[in-house]
Amino acid sequence: MDVRVSGVRKEFDRFPALHDVSLDINSGELIALLGPSGSGKTTLLRLIAGLETPTEGKVFFGDEDASLKSVQERNVGFVFQHYALFRHMTVIDNVGFGLKVRPGSSRPSKDEIRRRSSELLDFVQLSGLEKRYPAQLSGGQRQRVALARAMAIEPRVLLLDEPFGALDAKVRKELRRWLREIHDKTKHTTVFVTHDQDEALELADRVVVMSQGRIEQIGTPDEVYDRPNSPFVYSFIGESSSIEVQVKNGELWLDGQALSISSDRPDGEGLLYFRPHDVDLIEDSNGGIAGTVVASRRVGATRRIELRIAGVTDHVEIEIPADHPATETSRIAFRPKHWRVFPKS
Amino acid sequence: MALDPVQVTDPTATARHATTERRTARFILTGIALVFLALFLVLPLVSVFVEAFRKGPSEYFAAFSEPDAQAAIRLTLLVASIAVPLNVVFGVVAAWAIAKFEFKGKAFLTTLIDLPFSVSPVISGLVYVLLFTSQSALGPWLKSHGIEILFAVPGIVLATMFVTFPFVARELIPLMQEQGTTDEEAALSLGANGWQTFWHVTLPNIKWGLLYGVLLCNARAMGEFGAVSVVSGHIRGLTNTMPLHVEILYNEYNFVAAFAVASLLALLALVTLVLKTLLELRYGAELRAVGGH
Repeated sequence: MDVRVSGVRKEFDRFPALHDVSLDINSGELIALLGPSGSGKTTLLRLIAGLETPTEGKVFFGDEDASLKSVQERNVGFVFQHYALFRHMTVIDNVGFGLKVRPGSSRPSKDEIRRRSSELLDFVQLSGLEKRYPAQLSGGQRQRVALARAMAIEPRVLLLDEPFGALDAKVRKELRRWLREIHDKTKHTTVFVTHDQDEALELADRVVVMSQGRIEQIGTPDEVYDRPNSPFVYSFIGESSSIEVQVKNGELWLDGQALSISSDRPDGEGLLYFRPHDVDLIEDSNGGIAGTVVASRRVGATRRIELRIAGVTDHVEIEIPADHPATETSRIAFRPKHWRVFPKS
Repeated sequence: MALDPVQVTDPTATARHATTERRTARFILTGIALVFLALFLVLPLVSVFVEAFRKGPSEYFAAFSEPDAQAAIRLTLLVASIAVPLNVVFGVVAAWAIAKFEFKGKAFLTTLIDLPFSVSPVISGLVYVLLFTSQSALGPWLKSHGIEILFAVPGIVLATMFVTFPFVARELIPLMQEQGTTDEEAALSLGANGWQTFWHVTLPNIKWGLLYGVLLCNARAMGEFGAVSVVSGHIRGLTNTMPLHVEILYNEYNFVAAFAVASLLALLALVTLVLKTLLELRYGAELRAVGGH
């Protein structure tokens, strides 16, 4: 089922949570809404579900306008961060709940509900735990029950709100891979919210980066990582360093020196963004950006150094090989392999 | 096992010293509490039963075979059986509205629910007298339609409901607020309608708290004196509840009968306390389970 969010704005008590957001989700796609807390990603997910109503704008499921439909009519599978399992029901009753509450004509028989519920439990690898109560399960098991329960209603869209947010790191990684497998098998159109970029980049077909109620960038994991289109995306996804520079005749200048880095931006002040690990070290005399090492830390396989550069207020981080001879007070010059220049705001 | 003897004895010695001091303080504090309890709670309760049985069991049971006493017991049961279920409905609805929704005037409604707790029961009764007396705006209309409220059972039920209103709501509001709305949202997203959500999800989540509120509400409904006394009119065999009957018997120096009926109310209190304790054990575990989610 295609889902189309069109010009949606949402205010809570006149406080805007989303400004004019539009988003096309293709059928069968696994999409991540990624952003820091307060970026509006959960609000967007709840608007798609029908748990919130937009102040303005519309949500389409396929060609049909779902904006006026209640959450029950939208037939979406929603998975909550803290599972929201019904604590007084056994695991199998939790999974069968959505079928049990259907109106008489479309409600399957008791045996049928039981059969389908245990099939789903089998599918999420929890068979044998049918008679347990949620309190007797681990966090990862609870979230798998929640997913089985959401899938039981044969939803048109699966919506997951920080599904792994309450789990410890190891279980998160396991479940992440497992969710990808489930998605590849079922091909449900799936939208999940996360503030964890690793999760979004590893899991999603496309990532929607959000900040302050707006969509900053939509793209594949490669696109948002390799070609961030704003300073926010650059600094939010992956590591980044930035330097204030001057643009003159398509060249970057710093402290009166040409850096032999080109830019197609018009002349004026700019911010040069690059990845700290994505640099070439060069001889000091050949242009590039030169500075004095003020701090050096070993980070895994590489060494991360902070440089003090003439004309730049903050120290600039880059990564160099762990066996590089540079020590504190050494001079080092480098040139980013990939970069972007944004206008200074 | 080559343990240094100094290391072994040293910490135990300081530990024993620390506990000895604490134990003395604990004994004194517990002693004060126990003496206080015995003087002000246990002694009066025991004396009720002692007085009731002063002239032997036959006199004791004779007090209940009296028609007026039986009428009082029947009326008390009737009033409680009307007031408690109605309060359960109103209490659940009010708590649901306050805990699960945001609306204007919510703080005011919460304060209003507490009103019966902060007003003297006598005033609560007088309010109904003022409302329904023949000089009031409603009085003539009621009289022309032959509806009797004051000095009749409806008045007693109304007064009891007013006084007991906060019990169920007060118990449920914090519980429902703590549980939040995600369980309900989950049920709705799975296709349940409002009633199914309430019946299958909300009600099971609050059932122990609700039962606890009902117990307290019932104890108060049966034991209420002040408000009921004002609206009842004290008509023997007709509008006397058990507490009112006790007062009448006592004023007539019929101590054995008075204390016999009072002992029934005391028994009710004891049963309520036991049930409440049992519920607290169960309900506490439930709450811990919720917190552990």
